[in-house]
Amino acid sequence: MEQGPGGAAAGGAGLLLPLSDTEQQRYSELFSLCCSPAPEGGSAPAPAAGGSKVGDLFRASQLPADTLHQITELCGAKRVGYFGPAQFYVALKLIAAAQSGLPVRIESIKSELPLPRFMALKNDIEMRYGNAAEILGVKFQIPHPILEKNSFRRSDEGDKKETKSPPMSPMCSPPASPSNYQRIPLSYGYGKSRSKLEQPHGVSYEARHSTHQQDGPATGNYGSKSALVHSSLSRFLSVESEPQDSSNYPDDPWRITEEQREYYINQFKSLQPDLNSLISGSVAKNFFTKSKLPIPELSHVWELSDVDCDGALTLPEFCAAFHLIVARKNGYPLPDMLPETLLPDYLQPASLKPKRDCALLDSYSESLSVSQQTRDFNRTELETVCEDPTNSEPLILFDVATSIVEPTSVEEMPDKSALTQDANSDDNQALNISTTTKTIPKDFKPSQHLSVKTVVQESNTLKARPRSRSYSSTSIEEAMKKGEEPPMPPPRPQKSHSRASSLDLNKIFQQNTQAVKSGWLPPPPALPPRPFVSQTEQVSEIELHPQMNRAPSQTEESSPMRKEILLTQPPSKPIRRKFRSENQMLENQELTPTSSVTSSLPAVKPHLPAQNRQSSKQKRAIQTAIRKNKEANAVLARLNSELQQQLKEVHKERIALETQLEQLRPVTVL
Amino acid sequence: MAVCVAVIAKENYPLYIRSIPTENELKFHYTVHTSLDVVDEKISAMGKALVDQRELYLGLLYPTEDYKVYGYVTNSKVKFVMVVDSSNTALRDNEIRSMFRKLHNSYTDVMCNPFYNPGDCIHSRAFDNMVTSMMMQVC
Repeated sequence: MEQGPGGAAAGGAGLLLPLSDTEQQRYSELFSLCCSPAPEGGSAPAPAAGGSKVGDLFRASQLPADTLHQITELCGAKRVGYFGPAQFYVALKLIAAAQSGLPVRIESIKSELPLPRFMALKNDIEMRYGNAAEILGVKFQIPHPILEKNSFRRSDEGDKKETKSPPMSPMCSPPASPSNYQRIPLSYGYGKSRSKLEQPHGVSYEARHSTHQQDGPATGNYGSKSALVHSSLSRFLSVESEPQDSSNYPDDPWRITEEQREYYINQFKSLQPDLNSLISGSVAKNFFTKSKLPIPELSHVWELSDVDCDGALTLPEFCAAFHLIVARKNGYPLPDMLPETLLPDYLQPASLKPKRDCALLDSYSESLSVSQQTRDFNRTELETVCEDPTNSEPLILFDVATSIVEPTSVEEMPDKSALTQDANSDDNQALNISTTTKTIPKDFKPSQHLSVKTVVQESNTLKARPRSRSYSSTSIEEAMKKGEEPPMPPPRPQKSHSRASSLDLNKIFQQNTQAVKSGWLPPPPALPPRPFVSQTEQVSEIELHPQMNRAPSQTEESSPMRKEILLTQPPSKPIRRKFRSENQMLENQELTPTSSVTSSLPAVKPHLPAQNRQSSKQKRAIQTAIRKNKEANAVLARLNSELQQQLKEVHKERIALETQLEQLRPVTVL
Repeated sequence: MAVCVAVIAKENYPLYIRSIPTENELKFHYTVHTSLDVVDEKISAMGKALVDQRELYLGLLYPTEDYKVYGYVTNSKVKFVMVVDSSNTALRDNEIRSMFRKLHNSYTDVMCNPFYNPGDCIHSRAFDNMVTSMMMQVC
């Protein structure tokens, strides 16, 4: 591209115009700057540069007006009627020549010249920075995205900028609030940085640096653009990506920029540390009331932003509400319908980007000469820590989004915020800038929109999932139990047993300890029914039916029978576990001492060998459960024996009672 | 379809009242006011039974030659009164019910707004839009 216009310039001017690499890059930058305001300008240099912007640019060169006229005539723009790339390049070269003191002639541009200097640019930025009246306002986003777009449209090497920017900044103005200024020269330097000719142009940078302020939108673009470029360097994933974003950016006050979003997220955090839960209505009301907007307007903001009408704000809803309030404070009338870019669906994936430090928040509140109100927001919010709200089901973190966006450096934030302040002060300028620097934001937020776009669909699906998951995630045990119930039937005893046994352990231990402590003494007859009884009941019943000799009618025996069920099941479980040999041994060991307990045990035994073969196969599959199974096995076996003893005794009691009843009956019948 | 829609608070003062033919508003206000007595009567009659069983939709309260008045009470004793032009014979009971349901939902959304103090007049734009959608069909 640089070659082409160079050649074209030659053709247009009727002479060969050799352009050095730096010149070409520089000129192409400038050209696209002048072109970019027009939305249709796009990335192609073919369209003509806007006359007004070119004029501004030329005036920024601080050449006398007649010189500029001469240049214009010479470059052929007047002849052709527009500033095409060729004319523009020739004009730039002539400006450089004029600034170097050479006469404005075609011949003078044949030689190698330093790049033209545009003094006026600096003023524009200074003006913007100087006006620190506004909060993070809508205008933030306008200059930011636009500026970014511009710079990146023409520069394909975001990485190079990154590398170049650090060396650039020290050469320029001191860090302080002019951290913005640090960035400014970068825009100029891009072309040069690529060619690694920073040193010679250091001076020119500073000069341009100072020139920033003077000119209007065209040059103003440079300053803010550079700042933004630098600030978002780390984010550039794809320079040319997302054409649809670029088209949306331009005059969209309802689009939340990255730093705005981070600011909102930090505010959200101050109210509610969990970014996935909700801010209750009262908390939000107190917070937004600090903005000193009239209550009806706040009410309207709430109506717009609380999309699901639940009386609480999720993070995207909160960002939307905050953004609306900020916009309102900046003079934008509240819309009747929530803008598309503020919809929670749209914001949701973006809202879950990596969390910024509170340092960012502090830097925001400091660097922004934001109105005191927002500062009050910050400070009071830090005090009003969330009383925790009516948290409805917590949503699941979207880690996908976080991984995509790279965190920005802390320094970038103050710069941006300062920039935005100044940008806010001049509505018109900002709007103009927005149009002119439209290209920048495209690149400014490639990562964000990548994440937004790519994750939007995921978020939509994910959104549904967390709600369903939240029900099941309420208790892991319940889930485990639920998972155990299906596999209860004999064919899959292992899973259920392995888990149920571990569960059983938890509950059995309590009772076991009692029994063990009592030294195998009979525990109280009414043992509390264990929750896993239902789980184990199915399988155990099958086994126990043949074993059940007693009539289950009496309630006294219902619990012992349950215990029996439990008893029989636990020993069978170990059998069905993966490791069978140890289980078997354990069982045999424990069964032998308790062999005298009941006849149910021997009945259980025949089951064991058959199932051992099954478990042996699966034993290899699951090695980790061996230890647990062993322990459970031992405990359950002990429990089994204990319960068997209890059962025996209870049966004896029953028999005794029955005999008593029979004795008493003839009396009652009479 | 509705000619006039009114939301009456528990204490029987209007939270929101709006009518379509704006020139004759006072007449509709008066109609709504008189219909409140009928509403109270219906509530008290059924109220002796379990309040839960009381249906929210009260039905036709008060027919006149020009229009009909329908009523709806929420469990918090907020009343919705709707005046419908009698010439709209096509209006069926189900349609009236659905309109009241929409009203109730919108009212709930208004209540969810933390900036809305219960008992204040309703200034919500969303609520206005919903009511307009119900009333515009008349004109």
